[in-house]
Amino acid sequence: MSTIPSVQPIPTTLGRAMPAGRRKQWGTTMAFWAFVGPMALGLLVFTYLPIVWGFILSLYEARRTVTPTEFVGLQNYTTMIGDSAFRQSLLTFGIFALFIVPTTFAFSLGLALLVNSVTHAQAFFRSVFFIPTACSYVVASLVWKLNIFNGLPFGLANQVLHIFGVDPVVWIGPPQPPLYWVVLVTVRLWLQVGFYMILFLAGLQQIDQTLYEAARVDGASRRSTFMHITFPLLRNTSVAVTMLLLIAAFQAFDEFYNILSGAIAGSSNIALARPPLVYLYQVSISDQDFGRGSAGAFILAAIIIVITVIQGRVVGFGRGDRR
Amino acid sequence: MDLDWYERTSVSGSFETPGEGENVVSTNSQWIAVTGHRLTRRSFFTAAAVAAGTGLLAACSGGGGGGGGTAAQPTTGAAKPAGAAATTAPATTGNAIELNHWYHQYGEAGTQQAAMKYAADYSKVKPNVKVNVGWTPGDYGAKLNSALLGSDAPDVFETQLNRDMVRAGQVVPLDDIYGDLKSDFNEVGLRANTVDGKLYGVKMIDDTSLVYYRKSLLDKAGVTPPTTLDELGTAIDKLGSGQVKGMYMGNDGGVGVLGDEILWSSGHDYLKDGKIDFTHDDVVAAFTKAQQFFKDRSPKILSGAPTDWWDPTAFTTGLSAIQWTGLWAMPAIKKALGDDFGVLPWPAIGAGQGTPSTFWGGWSQFVYGKGKSIEEAKAYVKWLWIENKDVQKDWSLSYGFHVPPRKTSAAEAEPLKTGPAKEAVDILSKYGVPGNPAWTNAMGTAYKDAITNILKNGADVKAELTGAASKVQAELDKQK
Repeated sequence: MSTIPSVQPIPTTLGRAMPAGRRKQWGTTMAFWAFVGPMALGLLVFTYLPIVWGFILSLYEARRTVTPTEFVGLQNYTTMIGDSAFRQSLLTFGIFALFIVPTTFAFSLGLALLVNSVTHAQAFFRSVFFIPTACSYVVASLVWKLNIFNGLPFGLANQVLHIFGVDPVVWIGPPQPPLYWVVLVTVRLWLQVGFYMILFLAGLQQIDQTLYEAARVDGASRRSTFMHITFPLLRNTSVAVTMLLLIAAFQAFDEFYNILSGAIAGSSNIALARPPLVYLYQVSISDQDFGRGSAGAFILAAIIIVITVIQGRVVGFGRGDRR
Repeated sequence: MDLDWYERTSVSGSFETPGEGENVVSTNSQWIAVTGHRLTRRSFFTAAAVAAGTGLLAACSGGGGGGGGTAAQPTTGAAKPAGAAATTAPATTGNAIELNHWYHQYGEAGTQQAAMKYAADYSKVKPNVKVNVGWTPGDYGAKLNSALLGSDAPDVFETQLNRDMVRAGQVVPLDDIYGDLKSDFNEVGLRANTVDGKLYGVKMIDDTSLVYYRKSLLDKAGVTPPTTLDELGTAIDKLGSGQVKGMYMGNDGGVGVLGDEILWSSGHDYLKDGKIDFTHDDVVAAFTKAQQFFKDRSPKILSGAPTDWWDPTAFTTGLSAIQWTGLWAMPAIKKALGDDFGVLPWPAIGAGQGTPSTFWGGWSQFVYGKGKSIEEAKAYVKWLWIENKDVQKDWSLSYGFHVPPRKTSAAEAEPLKTGPAKEAVDILSKYGVPGNPAWTNAMGTAYKDAITNILKNGADVKAELTGAASKVQAELDKQK
């Protein structure tokens, strides 16, 4: 590299004593805004502005229009909290989270441990399990609904059952037994596991290998190693994964809407398992009551924030291991 | 380590001043080469980022108007590129006015081409007007609702009227374009499109649904065509065996259909004279019966078919012996099964109790109230759906079967004069229950949730209906 006259290598000289200090500062500012500007503008227009607008809407009556009409104060909020369907949707979310969070956690941790222990072609396995993350939720939901778990004898799941001599089962529709949960949980599992596996892999690879060597020397079993070394040292990753899973479960919409909902003419299974976002979508887009829908969205956001903060406090997320 | 350390100012513009003999790198800054005059990587990237950012902003602002509209509206057949400004404001470039006309995706073959042909024919009559047909698959209701909120709404669209649309100014009164021909339109259709004494829509087609049954399968099982709910239950029990199910009413097991038909077959309706009618004791009794009916017969009712009840495939391919589907499907059923089918209304709740029922539905055309060429749109609707009898005949009879809403057209409709089609028209006029503009979507949601709880979760009928009634009453009060 040729020496560049205007720059002095440190430590012998000051930074740059330039008469163009002002200009450099302006150039730096320009560069800052050139890089950050478009993203900031997009954030402002597509995220912050709608949030403020939504909040304003939630304090007004707004039917079949997104401009506020009549000020009603907190009436939309009280209506939503008093709405049995909304409360039911929160319960549905609770059940859904109860299924999906531990299952995804266990599967992705298991997969991460397996992939980590592979000696050849680890990159191949990483990619293979991660690929479903790139698949659209809508596409996967429709394949699950129309192809794998349709209620007809030639659906894939029913054909598998047929091999074991079981009659064809209608997966989506009957409330008892609630087999639609199998469909909903498996589609999300398939789509998500790869992503969280990668997070766990990163966490696993940060664990000091000498600890494992020491454990081997001391004669610890595989299970012991996992319980006392691997799992505790994965604490930060585990907490992050759990938090992400919970927030993602709160925002579940695609698979519920596509698997359980019919389109026109009112034929719909959606009331079987209607998480909060689907209900808010119904209130806003189908019932065209945007005041109530916005109020519901803010109630939901408040719940998510409270739960996340509590979880963070309880688990000590972000505190880091102070040595 | 050598002299390859070059200082770079941190983002905030401050300068790091290392002390004598120090070579510590501050955690906030990095060290690269910069000169004032040479084109470096840094200045190149800055320029590129600015250019890209400008381009992005320009695309966002310019395409925002047209992009939103075309995203929801595949203007098939139009030779213009998607996202072009053509789909939004009627570009008065040289007297040309553009109207956007939305249909939902009809299942019958040939309908889309027909719709586009009508639009093209109008341009021959009025050369300065061009109509773009938007053929909307999927959840048409949601897409239309969203479009009607913004400025990209279609100028002319089809849907069913409800009061909220009138209050929000999304439709305009169309009394003036009816003129003398108003008397030729069926009164039921006119009532369904009237709010506060003004007509807001033009009925395009009248639709109804029927219980279709396979004559051969019923004969083989020794079942007579059912006239009460109990007989229907017996029929389902006897016909459902093996791969063939007894009945198909939709992928939710029939809850949506039952919600309407049980109510009407008990002799009541959602609202009567502006008051809630579905909490009547007859209705409670009817749904208690339906609850048992649903519980007993669920295994023999088809659920989870690839298409929903408005498509006759489950019936024509033999997945189900009986299907609730529309008059519109009759040509397809005739083609697949020939004469091996019969039609019935939804049976009365009991012998001598209630009445057979079906819905008197259909689609009406509306003109968007906040559009830019309302008068032109009204003229188009007048030409196409009020005056043009040939189009109405073609649309109603050449693809699926619908009943033309004009009385003279209906009387002249040859295909509807014989056989099962004629029975269907009779069923419609005798038992058809029309829609009520005062019944809004929000009321429908509350009611449907109650019915789902009753039929699928075995909840207490009276409690659920009363709960729904309080929500519906709250909505009704808002309408006053």
